[in-house]
Amino acid sequence: MIYVTIDGTPVSVPENTTILDAAKLLGVHIPTLCHHEDLCVAGNCRVCMVEVKGSRTLQASCATPVSDGMEIYTNSRLVRTARKHVIELLLSEHRGDCLRCYRNGNCELQALANEYRIDQGIFIDLHKEDQVDISSPAIQKDDSKCIRCQRCVRACTELQSVGALCVAHKGADMRITTFWDKALAYVVCTNCGQCVTHCPTGALTERNYVEDVWDAIYDPTKHVVVQTAPAIRVSIGEEVGMEPGQRVTKKLVTALRRLGFNSVLDTDFTADLTIVEEGNELLHRLTKAIRDKEDVALPMITSCSPGWIKYIEHEFSNHLDHLSTCKSPQQMFGPLAKTYYAEKIGVDPKDMVVVSIMPCTAKKFEAARPEMMASGLRDVDYVLTTRELGLMIRQAGIDFTKLEDGDYDSILGTSTGAGAIFGATGGVMEAALRTAYELVTGREIPFENLNVKPVRGLAGVKEATLKIEGTLEKYKFLEGVELRVAIGHGLANARKIMKQLERGESPYHFIEIMACPGGCVGGGGQPIPTTDEIRMKRANAIYDEDEKMQYRKSHENPEIIAVYENFLKEPLGHKSHELLHTTYVKREKN
Amino acid sequence: MNAHQERVNLIFEKIDTLGLMEKVMKLGNDKILEYIKESGLKGRGGAGFPTYLKWKLAADQKSDMKYVICNADEGEPGTFKDRKILEEQADKVFTGMAICAKVIGAPEGYVYLRGEYNYLVPLLTTKMNTFNEEMQKLGLNFTLYLRSGSGAYICGEETALIESMEGYRGEARNKPPYPVEKGYLGKPTVINNVETLVYCAMIVLNEGGKFKTFGTEISAGSKVFSVSGDADVEGIYELELGMTIQEFVDLFGDGDTKAVQVGGASGFCVPRKKFKETIIGFEGVPTGGSMMLFNSTRSMYHILMNYMEFMQEESCGQCTPCRVGCQQLVKGIQAIKHKKRPASYLDDLVKLAKTMRVASKCGLGQSVANPFISIVENFREEIIY
Ligand code: SF4
Ligand code: SF4
Ligand code: SF4
Ligand code: SF4
Repeated sequence: MIYVTIDGTPVSVPENTTILDAAKLLGVHIPTLCHHEDLCVAGNCRVCMVEVKGSRTLQASCATPVSDGMEIYTNSRLVRTARKHVIELLLSEHRGDCLRCYRNGNCELQALANEYRIDQGIFIDLHKEDQVDISSPAIQKDDSKCIRCQRCVRACTELQSVGALCVAHKGADMRITTFWDKALAYVVCTNCGQCVTHCPTGALTERNYVEDVWDAIYDPTKHVVVQTAPAIRVSIGEEVGMEPGQRVTKKLVTALRRLGFNSVLDTDFTADLTIVEEGNELLHRLTKAIRDKEDVALPMITSCSPGWIKYIEHEFSNHLDHLSTCKSPQQMFGPLAKTYYAEKIGVDPKDMVVVSIMPCTAKKFEAARPEMMASGLRDVDYVLTTRELGLMIRQAGIDFTKLEDGDYDSILGTSTGAGAIFGATGGVMEAALRTAYELVTGREIPFENLNVKPVRGLAGVKEATLKIEGTLEKYKFLEGVELRVAIGHGLANARKIMKQLERGESPYHFIEIMACPGGCVGGGGQPIPTTDEIRMKRANAIYDEDEKMQYRKSHENPEIIAVYENFLKEPLGHKSHELLHTTYVKREKN
Repeated sequence: MNAHQERVNLIFEKIDTLGLMEKVMKLGNDKILEYIKESGLKGRGGAGFPTYLKWKLAADQKSDMKYVICNADEGEPGTFKDRKILEEQADKVFTGMAICAKVIGAPEGYVYLRGEYNYLVPLLTTKMNTFNEEMQKLGLNFTLYLRSGSGAYICGEETALIESMEGYRGEARNKPPYPVEKGYLGKPTVINNVETLVYCAMIVLNEGGKFKTFGTEISAGSKVFSVSGDADVEGIYELELGMTIQEFVDLFGDGDTKAVQVGGASGFCVPRKKFKETIIGFEGVPTGGSMMLFNSTRSMYHILMNYMEFMQEESCGQCTPCRVGCQQLVKGIQAIKHKKRPASYLDDLVKLAKTMRVASKCGLGQSVANPFISIVENFREEIIY
């Protein structure tokens, strides 16, 4: 233990604790900006500096470990003056257009300026008018609001191992840019949005399509369909002032109706559909590999995360055959809505607008992929993030917490617990195992209450082995086979898994990969802030949702059964291939 | 030439470096450390950390790998002495590195050469190869390598130098950990500049003595100065530490010297009225070696702008006080000059410079206040009007 005093109060902390964390233990708040608990220490904004007795200079408390006998002052005159200077300097370089800023009200720089009551800048305005980069359909970048904290760079490099963003130039010209200063649409960016959720200011945001969706809603000739992703129902509450981890599915449905959407449907339904298609695809590949000894690509890897898809297309494009050909639930929903559903409700697909509410920025890119027109039209018209939906709810003056409960419309609105858990890392795997095991053995998966605990939690790469016993006649060749699966979340972990595969050492049959840390609960379109603590709260709420559902296995979803009976006929069938499966493209590495 | 210059000749003295290394091989590491400690040598880069202590800290680290790096990224405006030393006395630099390597147990050493000095690469490579062979023969497990910098002033800062060697952008790291604990590739590393290493060799050669007979109690020994500006005899001179600016100006000035900038863009400006009381050394104005003389025809406003623009450009830009502070200082003095801001704004800028001194992440940003405050306070009128 290390003994120190902070503002005169003694405290003892374990070795290697930072001054910042030690202060937290005493309830002393030290402001930070470049610090984020997901990321490595930077110590570059200097907002968190404190005075350490005997030291010539002030110390960045986020980057300085305590040492024995340290006397720390967090609020001395020197500290206050220096901190105020630093905040004013940041503001002088920043286009402080708060009133017109998307992050107005949820901006760490703004909050800091408020805390220190910087009302009149003494320094000269230095901000440079920058052209806003709107080349990407997912991410928007405005350098004039950037405070060079490098949180985005660290998120992109460390969490995601993508490295699309970097620091260039020095001195006054230092800025955050891309390789060769190319626009975001033309670099390795996966559109995952982790840079956005880690950016403290309005410099990086999602491309915002709220006005387009309002326009569609106000257009009386349009039938506007909305689908909500699994992870939204446990995070939208945060956007309207609730604590993280509140399950608000039924209020969400009511809010969407109140906003004016004509059909309120559920991506969880197509999550179930994905499981049925993907489960069968896995069994198909296993049959070929194990029974027929054919050369098929195993492990099979999930394809529901568009950030992950673009990543593998750039970085491991020689291994695209490992990807499941299933579209993501969002993209299965679109064509079904504009064919099956449109017909059922008697709407001309041309007059139908499909809007999805996603925890994800990469979904905006995915919806815009040229191949996503299986219905003959753009399958999904607009993708909004959780944050954008939150904005619409606030704009509409809806008091979310007081809303009565509502239920999804039918046909594409019924879902299961299996669909719900898609929102957390390991969820797709768990849902797939529930269905695949039962298809093969006719019995429920042998885990207590169907909860496949080994695939849950926030460990970077999770593994599980499941011995298949008592198979049905059709799957006799799988008798005694140990099904090996792995789960990776965050692209840095995906890279580890892919490197192993590249070396030919991958021992798995099936791998789930989600681009964002924690899976969709930690998606790039989710409320800001997102931290591990918040990810866990959202994930727990999702598992809670699952346990409370009537159906918990995708293949038992009555609407899924109906859609096969009435429309698709059979998994992996002709219609499925047309509407629900896709192809991938090789992309350049830089 | 005057007595002060003639007394000292350690840096450029021709010595038998191989003979010295043979002697070193027979010495115990404790003995070598003792020589260096007794000599009172402090790092010649300007910060003045006791060399003995740096070596000792690195020697005490337990590690499978350690490194010695020679910082030859000379970039301070107005300094050109390392170039000359490397041209004429590369062997002595290498010897200093080898001694350090023996003491701390480092099998590898690197000379990080300023990009602009790349014309020296063929010369240094040849000498290095011979040196490496000789060390082999002597049974010292030590190999030297050459690394070229890519031309950023900040890479002279030791942690930024390491980042650059590792292939990253030249940016200062957070300290602690210090390089002696976690340096190049995360291993204990001693970084000394060219001059320091030569002095180490000379100190061991003279068994600790001689060096200490020069200079003062606090600033032991001699150092090499690059003299430029309004000086009759520009060039490189090895002088004792502890002389006053007046003595210095008597040697080099042209009789009309109104100020001396000690230590280049990160150093202090000493005005004529303080020449007599200001000592060149750690008790007065420390310096990496750049000495610029200005006579009365010079505009201190332009000189200040020159330094500030240099710093504004050479800041690595990662930390707020330095990146934005430098820009504010440049824009601020311009605004005052052009009457866009009142003269009193200068006081705000001085306060800002003081914040930069304590709030910046590394020595570069911390030192911007030195030229700024010393010029502004001593030549206030020239800056305003
Ligand atoms: S990023 Fe923050 S401080 Fe900047 S304009 Fe937006 S809200 Fe204001
Ligand atoms: S969206 Fe993802 S990949 Fe693209 S720059 Fe941001 S963090 Fe990097
Ligand atoms: S874009 Fe945002 S996260 Fe990135 S450096 Fe700028 S302010 Fe920080
Ligand atoms: S003080 Fe300047 S050079 Fe040093 S880390 Fe900060 S910005 Fe970079």
